[in-house]
Amino acid sequence: MNIWESARIAVRALRVNKLRSVLTMLGIIIGVGAVIAMVGVGAGAQASVTERIESLGSNLIVATSGSVTSTGVRLGLGTQYTLTEDDAAAIAREISAVQVAAPSMKGKGQVVYGNLNWSTDVYGVTEDYLEARDWPLDAGRPLDAHDVDGATKVAVLGQTTVQKLFGDSDPLGQIIRIQKVPFTVIGLLAGKGESAYGWDQDDVVLIPLSTAKKKVLGTTQPNPRSVRKVEIKILPGDDMDEAEAQIRALLRQRHRLQPGDDDDFKLGNLTDVLETKEQAAQIMTYLLAAIASVSLLVGGIGIMNIMLVSVTERTREIGLRMAVGAQGRDILLQFLVEAVTLSVIGGVLGIAAGLTGSRAISHFAEWRTLVAPDTIVLAFGFAAAIGIFFGFYPARKAARLDPIEALRYE
Amino acid sequence: MALIVIEELTKDYRLGSHTVHAVRGLTLRVARGELVAIMGPSGSGKSTFMNILGCLDSPTGGRYLLDGEDVAGLSPGELARIRNGKIGFVFQTFNLLARTSAVENVELPLIYAGRPARVRRARAREVLAAVGLADRAHHHPSQLSGGQQQRVAIARALVNDPAVLLADEPTGNLDTRTSVEILVLLQQLNRQGITIVLVTHELDIAAFASRVLTLRDGRLQRDEPVLSPRDASVAQAQLEEEAVA
Ligand SMILES: Nc1ncnc2c1ncn2[C@@H]1O[C@H](COP(=O)(O)OP(=O)(O)OP(=O)(O)O)[C@@H](O)[C@H]1O
Ligand SMILES: [Mg+2]
Repeated sequence: MNIWESARIAVRALRVNKLRSVLTMLGIIIGVGAVIAMVGVGAGAQASVTERIESLGSNLIVATSGSVTSTGVRLGLGTQYTLTEDDAAAIAREISAVQVAAPSMKGKGQVVYGNLNWSTDVYGVTEDYLEARDWPLDAGRPLDAHDVDGATKVAVLGQTTVQKLFGDSDPLGQIIRIQKVPFTVIGLLAGKGESAYGWDQDDVVLIPLSTAKKKVLGTTQPNPRSVRKVEIKILPGDDMDEAEAQIRALLRQRHRLQPGDDDDFKLGNLTDVLETKEQAAQIMTYLLAAIASVSLLVGGIGIMNIMLVSVTERTREIGLRMAVGAQGRDILLQFLVEAVTLSVIGGVLGIAAGLTGSRAISHFAEWRTLVAPDTIVLAFGFAAAIGIFFGFYPARKAARLDPIEALRYE
Repeated sequence: MALIVIEELTKDYRLGSHTVHAVRGLTLRVARGELVAIMGPSGSGKSTFMNILGCLDSPTGGRYLLDGEDVAGLSPGELARIRNGKIGFVFQTFNLLARTSAVENVELPLIYAGRPARVRRARAREVLAAVGLADRAHHHPSQLSGGQQQRVAIARALVNDPAVLLADEPTGNLDTRTSVEILVLLQQLNRQGITIVLVTHELDIAAFASRVLTLRDGRLQRDEPVLSPRDASVAQAQLEEEAVA
């Protein structure tokens, strides 16, 4: 007997007890639906985090000036800047995986326009900065090499700063004062949103690094070439860890550190932070899936229960089938197919329920949900597997019946 | 060689501490083309014996050769194959599948024989026509009379061309008229060459057979040929005359 024959018999048997079959399927429908909806919620959260990683600029390694221990006194991170513009230039020059290395300074500054003033982060940057951060402009032009070399007094504003100082009027070409120094606004940055740590990345003013050092942030550093950070963008496709190791080796060599010495800088991979968050989101997905799977399991137990009842009720039928020549495996197949039919139909309806459910969650809770096709395939496969697993015991019980005892069963 | 060879066949049932000896050493042969009736009081082991003949149950001891094949030591799977191919079994209670049409009931053994659907359907219709139910093919058992249901069961037993048709009290649930109708059918089949063994309580029914075996306490008490078996179709004609009169 082939599988289609069994499937036909199974569907017919299920139609005899329609309500019972539907109720049994309901367990699987709810189970599969819950798995799909929950994984959808988890994957949606994960996707949001991933997007944030991308907004920070992927392939970014940040070198931060660190503590100096030459005098035996460990100074806090960044107190005395150990990195220099020359380090940045050397990194860009000597490491082939580096697309661009952008040195920068940062400080708080009062920005005034007309009678409005706003305290914001002032970054002294080079022409490479926006490329390193994957940060496009909305309007105007970026800082160029001429601005940096000539220490011109021009500024590019982040969206929050624009909002605070200009409201709806056009800032391009206007003069603002940063720490009382007048600057011409030449460009407006595109919005970037919150950082991985939750601060507003759009609350900034970018000015040339040279200008910042001379006029705005003032330099208390012994070395006028020092910078606080170097943002290094790695070429797509190159290995981040390997690039990081090369940068570390180069900086250690340039800073003349002996093998036993600590680094006097810190290399951070911005994505590290977010990967941790992404992992957390993934764990949440697994957790939700696990909880939802419990209901699928309960659905499976429901199938087993109903199949056991069915085998008992149909003992005489089984006896008769055996009497006319059914082998144990024919009976096994028949009941197994019946269980799998229940779980597979339940699975299909469950997928529909899960998709509807995750839509509803997106709509009413305004959470992002994301149902990937492989989730659907997996949930469906899982449902079928549940049918086989929980259908097997009742089916084997049926297959092992003794024909004459089954025929005599009252 | 005889179709059925039974030697020193025994069957014991264990009920807790004591043992019931349902069949105690039967030895007999049935040749091809016979119509054998098995009689005997209730509890004499007729059904037990029939179930062993039908390979539904296995004997405790002795030998059973069916069509030359030793059946005693076969596995459940091989027994299923023999039930499917060599034996047609008819039950007192018909044992048709409910909510399943007559023709589908008849098809059942062919499904397990692995025949393709088209062949099955054609063959089932043919056999249903042979038992006089061509026009009832799509009726469900609940829409058929007892006699019609038993005909469907006989068609099911015949559909796979068995070597022997076994019937345990096939007329036990039917009235006299319908019983005779079934006997007409069985005699007809027997004349076409099918070997039949049937169990009955009634002498009237046994009179249609060519040989009567009588069991008592699991033993063969008598084994006698019927010199001139009654013709069921004649009996049917007589019954109809009586009904008219
Ligand atoms: N499954 C069983 N378990 C225990 N004892 C059984 C079983 N089946 C039959 N017996 C016993 O075996 C003996 C023979 O029973 P069997 O059913 O063969 O009799 P029978 O001749 O068919 O009777 P009847 O004419 O009433 O149908 C009886 O004593 C019965 O109690
Ligand atoms: Mg009996």
